[in-house]
Amino acid sequence: MDLGFVFGQSITQAIGVTAIIYCLAAMGVNMQFGYTGLLNFGQVAFVAVGAYSVGVIVVTLGLTLWLAIPISIFASVVLALVLGIPTLRLRADYLAIVTIAASEIVRQLVRSIALRDVLGGANGINGKMGQEFHDLNPFPADFELPFLTYTRQDLWVVIVGWALIAVLTLLIWLLVRSPWGRVIKGIREDENAVVSLGKNTYVYKMQALILGGLLGTLGGVIWAVAKQSVQPDNFVPDVTFFAYTIVLLGGAARVFGPIIGAIIFWFLLVFVGEFLNQAIQAGWLDFLEPTDIGPIRFILVGIGLMSLMIFRPQGIFGDKKELALDGR
Amino acid sequence: MAASDRLGPRALEAQAVLGQVENRPGVPKPDPILVADDVVRRFGGLAAVDVEHVEVQRGSITALIGPNGAGKTTVFNLLTGFDTPDSGDWTFNGRKLAGVAPYKVARLGMVRTFQLTKALSRLTVLDNMRLGATSQRGEKIWASWLPFLWRSQEEEITTRARGLLDRFSMLPKEADFAGSLSGGQRKLLEMARALMVGPELIMLDEPMAGVNPALTQSLLQHIKGIREEGATVLFVEHDMDMVHDISDWVIVMAQGRIIAEGPPGVVMKDPSVIDAYLGAHHTKALTDSGESLTTSPGGEQ
Repeated sequence: MDLGFVFGQSITQAIGVTAIIYCLAAMGVNMQFGYTGLLNFGQVAFVAVGAYSVGVIVVTLGLTLWLAIPISIFASVVLALVLGIPTLRLRADYLAIVTIAASEIVRQLVRSIALRDVLGGANGINGKMGQEFHDLNPFPADFELPFLTYTRQDLWVVIVGWALIAVLTLLIWLLVRSPWGRVIKGIREDENAVVSLGKNTYVYKMQALILGGLLGTLGGVIWAVAKQSVQPDNFVPDVTFFAYTIVLLGGAARVFGPIIGAIIFWFLLVFVGEFLNQAIQAGWLDFLEPTDIGPIRFILVGIGLMSLMIFRPQGIFGDKKELALDGR
Repeated sequence: MAASDRLGPRALEAQAVLGQVENRPGVPKPDPILVADDVVRRFGGLAAVDVEHVEVQRGSITALIGPNGAGKTTVFNLLTGFDTPDSGDWTFNGRKLAGVAPYKVARLGMVRTFQLTKALSRLTVLDNMRLGATSQRGEKIWASWLPFLWRSQEEEITTRARGLLDRFSMLPKEADFAGSLSGGQRKLLEMARALMVGPELIMLDEPMAGVNPALTQSLLQHIKGIREEGATVLFVEHDMDMVHDISDWVIVMAQGRIIAEGPPGVVMKDPSVIDAYLGAHHTKALTDSGESLTTSPGGEQ
């Protein structure tokens, strides 16, 4: 049993590319759900829009990444408008229903046979994506510390990714403590009260939906650039629910919640997986097959998260006093 | 009246003007701030509100009373744009309001509170107050990143908010979450917050509901104070003592219609009002009415 390896893997993944992608998606959910109270259950659609924008523009059309990024932003805003315009005037639950359906529509659309020439069907889009970005990589070689190992390529993505998250977190922090942030938090508590004070809440909800969607889309862009492959079945609703888990783990409506939440979530997931793997190899758990690890780690992590919700329902950064107040 | 020695100049003026007005439903007033015509709202086949004509005198404290289900809150919802009538027109300061979005109604100076208090629980008391201020530069999404654009305005708003909180004796609570306040304190906060909007007409939906008697007197004084500062007050209330104490004019609704209007002393003696409240047969014993339990279907044998 190599505990050092288990820890190393866990730490590497906890601050790795996947954690960055989920952190961005969760930052979007935090903006929408945590601060504004919008139940967007289709965050994965925004991630898919980001990833597929890069895939289509760069691989299918052979154009540059620097064009794909603004197009992904544009597509993300369009998606938010399409989801928001009909639903944001209605009660909160409608947005939840529409967004979860829309995220599945997006996934079925990108894997459809009819659009296979452009979107790659079930195989997705594979190939060099974001060469321009990787050409800027200043690191000469792979990175290896006892507990932290990245390929040269991943290291560059990780550093740029966390730097981006740092900048975006600062912007969100400024946003939520401004009068604008006060309005969206008011909407979360009681929309009609905010309307009665003369605020056009529809506009604020739309802004929050767009902003949160954009954060998810940036996660999708990083996905494509880092993994050089986008496949429709990566974008299942689970992604959305992981993002919600991360938000609740870190503490909803906390600026640093998604960051800490994403790190802890991926640490736990990888740690449990690698630990089980090692334990099975060491012959400690004869009744298990290596293929059982996938489901079991989710069961164990799920139990852990449930305990967290029972014993610390406000999440890591949350304020229990605040949670005790009934939101409505 | 013993209370008259406490009346401010605007109260005396309003009562003098309204003293000249005839006491009948739909009567025109000398200087109405709010005028509604043929406002009808149906829920299915039931006409929840069917108001032919009503006017609210500027500078007055007008009470809207009526038994449960009379349509008082629905009238509030309709006039402030929170609900849409099937037909009807109404004007505020001469401006037509039919079809105007509720947030615009509030910006025009007609601000309401709610029967079920809507304190924004997980915002502090001070933030609740600040939210009420209109035309805030910092509420634009792009401006939030440029605090120098709105910081001075934010300080003005905060000063004004603290002033109002002080008046309502809530200043020591400013840093608390609004959700931690008592029911009565929430009523006060909601009223103070509505004042942050700078209303010309403030519409209070049951300001006394759930308020303990100790707070009632101070709430009454606050409502009188609001009028003395120039606003018009329209409120829904069940507590007849309160209605009697502070209102200059009372509008009585029953089954969606306005059945009586007049000064409180006159209206409360009106037989049609007493009937509406207590039922035409209120002098008879309950067992004599056709609605006794034993005749209901599935009733006990």
